[in-house]
Amino acid sequence: MNTNLMLDLHDLGKSFELHHQHDAHLHVLDGIRLQLHAGECVVLSGPSGAGKSTLLRVIYANYRPSRGSVRLRHDGRWLELASATPHEVLDARRRTLGYVSQFLRVIPRVPALDIVAEPLLQIGAEPAQARQRAGELLHRLNVPERLWQLPPGTFSGGEQQRVNIARGLIAPRPVLLLDEPTASLDAANRAVVAQLLAEARVAGSAVLGIFHDEDMRDRVATRLFPMQPLEPA
Amino acid sequence: MSALLQVRGLSRHYGRRIGCEDVSFELHPGELLCIVGESGSGKSTLLNTVAAQLAPSAGSVRYRQRDGEWLELGQLSEADRRRLAREEWGFVTQNPRDGLRLNVSAGANVAERLMALGVRHYGQLRSIARGWLERVEIDPARIDDAPTGFSGGMQQRLQIARTLVTQPRLVFMDEPTAGLDVSVQARILDLLRRLVNELGLAAVMVTHDLAVARLLAARTMVMQHGRVVETGLTDQILDDPQHPYTQLLVSSVLTT
Repeated sequence: MNTNLMLDLHDLGKSFELHHQHDAHLHVLDGIRLQLHAGECVVLSGPSGAGKSTLLRVIYANYRPSRGSVRLRHDGRWLELASATPHEVLDARRRTLGYVSQFLRVIPRVPALDIVAEPLLQIGAEPAQARQRAGELLHRLNVPERLWQLPPGTFSGGEQQRVNIARGLIAPRPVLLLDEPTASLDAANRAVVAQLLAEARVAGSAVLGIFHDEDMRDRVATRLFPMQPLEPA
Repeated sequence: MSALLQVRGLSRHYGRRIGCEDVSFELHPGELLCIVGESGSGKSTLLNTVAAQLAPSAGSVRYRQRDGEWLELGQLSEADRRRLAREEWGFVTQNPRDGLRLNVSAGANVAERLMALGVRHYGQLRSIARGWLERVEIDPARIDDAPTGFSGGMQQRLQIARTLVTQPRLVFMDEPTAGLDVSVQARILDLLRRLVNELGLAAVMVTHDLAVARLLAARTMVMQHGRVVETGLTDQILDDPQHPYTQLLVSSVLTT
């Protein structure tokens, strides 16, 4: 087995069956083959509607694949996510598979610092240590310290996005899925994210992401994976 | 990791009417499972049957108790079931007035379940009760007040303190935030989320509110007409629902 291979997609397909919309069938992905290795950053490219976000969600097991296979190297063995139990998926998400979306899911009353620290606590870190690491990341991402103890519900879009990135990157994970995490960031903060991703890659993470911003794409991508919308079925 | 609770083919009928039918699931330690569905879908019947408060018409519930031994709940004596409810389980009802004793003080409400476990020292009981009131954000100065004078949200927080003070391993919750103002709801949900994490509780929670499931539960079961129509990771069920009923449920939620 290739020891660098982290994620192996084979003939992956996804269709949605909408029972209350005249039983409409939406075919979004078909025949996807992609291999992701440790240390590389593959950027999904293609027009909107090509299924890029859907692909990331299928890999994260947020969507169920309709066809094909999603194999993830987890704990030194291959886990078939298409047929994994919920407990196996949760364990893979805790320790192997990270996902950062564009939007922070705000939890009422929970301060930004604790939202960021949570993934470290889930893998058994000491609370003080986790909060300290959360503070370091928020500091690097230029989130002012006066906001750390506040719930991010009232933060600006860019501030929420940076809290979300910090939460997504705080726990070292071998495979990172990124769905436009820098969409509403300024150039300086995009540069910080690019630097954080470079550090994750050096540490051995494999990154698969969507970046519409060309400058960001050029900076982080080691390879592009082109995608096109499927023909209407 | 091995399960804490195993439910197999569980049914409960009311005469010829189905309460719940052929339900199977497992619950692991530290895990919170939500049961969602509209009123009348059998959620509360299922919860009460699992918790041995209703006798099943068919099927079995097995529980692994603190010493590691598996118990078949249907074969336990009434005394043993009461012991489990007292020593290892907790139950939070939708209406706190059903779960509290309204004619005794807040402090006594919290201490009562501890006393049932044999804690007798008055000063110790009082200090534990005070600590739990603080934990659920009730001013400890209210320790001698009867809960009749509390708001609905305060009563619900008191019921949570009363239930969790014995550090149960498994908690059953039936719509614990229904009927409360949203701001009060958010506070109770945050509290539950924190306590479940801190205490490593396993819990089964009935709710008709999908947002509650998303916030608290890693796994969710969807019920319709007494049957489980879909089960899996909560985010999967809410973001990629497969069953027509789940699709209807998810698409009916108002978003702000």
